[in-house]
Amino acid sequence: MSLYFTREHEWIAVEGDSATVGITDYAQAQLGDIVFVEVPPAGTPVEKGKEAAVVESVKAASDVYAPVSGTVTEANGALADDPSLVNSSPEDDGWFFKLTLADPSELDGLMDAAAYKAFCESL
Amino acid sequence: MSEEQAIPIQSLPLDGWHRAQGARMVPFAGYAMPIQYEGIIAEHLWTRGSAGLFDVSHMGQLLLSGDGLDEALEALVPADVKGIGVGRMRYSLLLADNGGILDDLMLCRWPEGIYVVVNGAVKYDDIAHLHEHLPEAITLNHMDERALLALQGPKAADALARHVTGDRPLDTLGFMTGGRFAIGGVDAWISRSGYTGEDGFEISIPAEEAERIATLLCGEPEVKPIGLGARDSLRLEAGLPLYGHDLDAETTPVMADLGFALSKRRREEGGFPGYARIMQERADGAVAKRVGLTVEGRQPVREGAVVLDGEGNEVGKVTSGGFSPSLQVPIAMAYVPAALASAGTKVTLGQRGKLFTGTVTPMPFVPHNYVRKGG
Repeated sequence: MSLYFTREHEWIAVEGDSATVGITDYAQAQLGDIVFVEVPPAGTPVEKGKEAAVVESVKAASDVYAPVSGTVTEANGALADDPSLVNSSPEDDGWFFKLTLADPSELDGLMDAAAYKAFCESL
Repeated sequence: MSEEQAIPIQSLPLDGWHRAQGARMVPFAGYAMPIQYEGIIAEHLWTRGSAGLFDVSHMGQLLLSGDGLDEALEALVPADVKGIGVGRMRYSLLLADNGGILDDLMLCRWPEGIYVVVNGAVKYDDIAHLHEHLPEAITLNHMDERALLALQGPKAADALARHVTGDRPLDTLGFMTGGRFAIGGVDAWISRSGYTGEDGFEISIPAEEAERIATLLCGEPEVKPIGLGARDSLRLEAGLPLYGHDLDAETTPVMADLGFALSKRRREEGGFPGYARIMQERADGAVAKRVGLTVEGRQPVREGAVVLDGEGNEVGKVTSGGFSPSLQVPIAMAYVPAALASAGTKVTLGQRGKLFTGTVTPMPFVPHNYVRKGG
């Protein structure tokens, strides 16, 4: 499994041609208390860089972008009942959706963990 | 919160203290202010259950004095200024000639004049308006050398009393009264008032003492510092409007459902801006009214969302909205046509292409917990 990160603070864990997407610990800390998450249902096509999900904190609504293009295969249903999973476990239980990759070469421009850490520290 | 500011951001007296407490600072009303410390929901619930310390030093503290002050001020606000005894406090509204609300404010009689607390975001506009409309004989002192702290919550009185001395016990103050006390040895004006719906106090002290007093109060086991984020969710649950969002120059006291700010004597005698229009709205109803809404589902409906009628026409707008930490549901304030304003009415709301159902709900959403004293 390979883990990648975007400049918009999403993570994507890739295994073969399928992947799991969520937001990073940095992102959840910036957003604060999360009270609502809307994830795309299975079958939804998503396009790299376009809105795929919505996350709302007490303060504000934010879009979550698809890190790569593909088709959603599963949404994390647990977030509907307990959106605070994104705060408590952003990079594990608080995952947003799984998808099949349309074009694995889209991963090339993404950051690895070390590069993302350096990116966050530069902010 | 995205209060875009073109002008340079100023620092409050407690700026360094907030940062040392781990606050996340954001620009608000021209100042860097703490939006949160440990988290908005935790801070909100702490205030409802214990006591929270808020720095509201961005607000304008004015002292008006001079001969003929009461009459002069009554020409600008609908309050019974003459009827405010020393140590009494009134909520009032600075009105434009057409009855629109220029600001909402607190008036309190000090022995030496009327102490006025106005919103930070419009304080310089208010000062200009007062200078323009008050006669020469009236002196306006903008007390920008003072800080303003609010200690709010059911345990605020206990925590504060440990540090306050004065001619009388702190607990003799009832809701909407104030007096001169000393806190930590510092001369202070303390009133039993606030913006959370809870019992609590607002404490005006010299800015150079603010850090020491804030540290003193947060040393009490009941007290934690609380940011602007929770201040907003607390006042929304309490049904209290926020100027610039739920009130503006396009809204009148009747539209805003602030009829209690129109004192009986002034309603009978008139002489405040917009009198004819406001009295007509009071008699016949205004075209729109500020109401509370409880929203179905979990997704917050926020300021800027629209209220739709059965045909999908925009007939109103949401002016504040968010997720209620106490009730665990989304709540909002909106202006709706009179026909949709009664409690229990279902309304359709639109936000970013999605529809929501709201139910008109009497405010406050969470009961007030004020401590009133007789007499």
